[in-house]
Amino acid sequence: MNTITESLSLAVALVARFDPHLVDIVTLSLRVSLTATALAAVIGLPLGAAIAVGRFPGRPPLIVVLNAMMGLPPVVVGLLVYLLLSRAGPLGSFGLLFTPSAMVIAQTILITPIIAALTRQIVADAWAEYREQLTSLGAGTGRAAMTLLWDTRFSLATVLLAGFGRAIAEVGAVMIVGGNIEGVTRVMTTTIALETSKGDLPLALGLGLVLIAIVLLLNAGAQVTRGWAKARFG
Amino acid sequence: MGDSESGLPIRLRQVAAAPGGVPVLSGIDLVLEAGGRTVLLGPNGAGKSTLLRVLHGLILPSAGLITWGPHARRPGGQAMVFQRPVMLRRSAFANIRYALDLAGIRGREADTRIAEALDEVGLRALAARSARVLSGGEQQKLAFARVWALRPEIVFLDEPTASLDPAAARSVEKIIIDIHARGTTIVMTTHNLVQAKRLADDIIFLHAGRLTERTPAPEFFAQPRSVDAAAFLEGERL
Repeated sequence: MNTITESLSLAVALVARFDPHLVDIVTLSLRVSLTATALAAVIGLPLGAAIAVGRFPGRPPLIVVLNAMMGLPPVVVGLLVYLLLSRAGPLGSFGLLFTPSAMVIAQTILITPIIAALTRQIVADAWAEYREQLTSLGAGTGRAAMTLLWDTRFSLATVLLAGFGRAIAEVGAVMIVGGNIEGVTRVMTTTIALETSKGDLPLALGLGLVLIAIVLLLNAGAQVTRGWAKARFG
Repeated sequence: MGDSESGLPIRLRQVAAAPGGVPVLSGIDLVLEAGGRTVLLGPNGAGKSTLLRVLHGLILPSAGLITWGPHARRPGGQAMVFQRPVMLRRSAFANIRYALDLAGIRGREADTRIAEALDEVGLRALAARSARVLSGGEQQKLAFARVWALRPEIVFLDEPTASLDPAAARSVEKIIIDIHARGTTIVMTTHNLVQAKRLADDIIFLHAGRLTERTPAPEFFAQPRSVDAAAFLEGERL
């Protein structure tokens, strides 16, 4: 019990004095996961909207696959990206393995299905409500999809948060493709795993506190934004 | 209006419709000419709303043929107002601008039309307000402002006053009359026989998915030709 209390107070002290080592790790984590979320949004939002609004052969099984891919195991994604980026792999010549770029790629692959699948569901619900009106006004499929993406933007912000939350909290994929190299690819989750195994709890706990604080802050922000948007836009 | 050639008259030959695989309309022969105010009447489930959607091109016929003027596909120059207005999550002004943008009307011309349309329906003061927080009556008026700004040659109205209080309903009726006075052909459904008497030039009566008669409104209300219509007017079929 003393160890936990002592570790916790040391962890709080680390966070409170903005320990440079801790700040570096948090910064890299945010950089990797925010970049991955941005890339996944660029791919996943239009993809989800297109599947929601479009009618094409193979759409129902595609939706099943997309929904299933929301549960992709991070270690499997890490392994696949590792095979792609390893020296013998098809993309080995780019020399990306064990770099933050490799971690971004892995996290992007991991969360794109989440963003696309949730976007599809939200846009499909909106499409059921708007379809006749938009068709009556002469909106084609592409224009309708863009309109629905904009009209559901506050719900989609929550989707992006879910994607970001998944990215920043996962450990398996970034451990495999990043290698957990200190000062280069060591992020919050991989540090927590490593330091815990070494018995160095203050840094692990400190990062854990930061991780939870980030997720809480983002969700609180999303909640406030949604409440404001509901009152402002209906 | 988008198209140089008119989308009128609309001709239906032996049209059937089965939205979602459920047969609703069958054997509809109809010609809608420009200029009139036509009201579709009939009991619940007769197929009035489905026919309106077929005429507007929202539902494809499962059999038969429909043409809009010389066009085999629905041309521009049409608009529709639904029983429950659907507004985008943006201001009243931006909702009309969106519709005009889709019709290819932009810039100063669009701004002028929007201001004029909002004046027409009495919503100028609410132009900046988000459309979805307006009351039901205001949203329906905004839907008519959208129609007013688009200046279509024909507008389809699906029970446009069904969910409004009497005052708002009369206000919407006045807008309908104004839109018609500008040369727009009106085709609407309603369950309100008094409203139909006030607004209709002619009545199309549907029963069980079939068009049983088309009669000038005064004649229809004085002495309908079909047994089904007579029973409907006497309140035996609702």
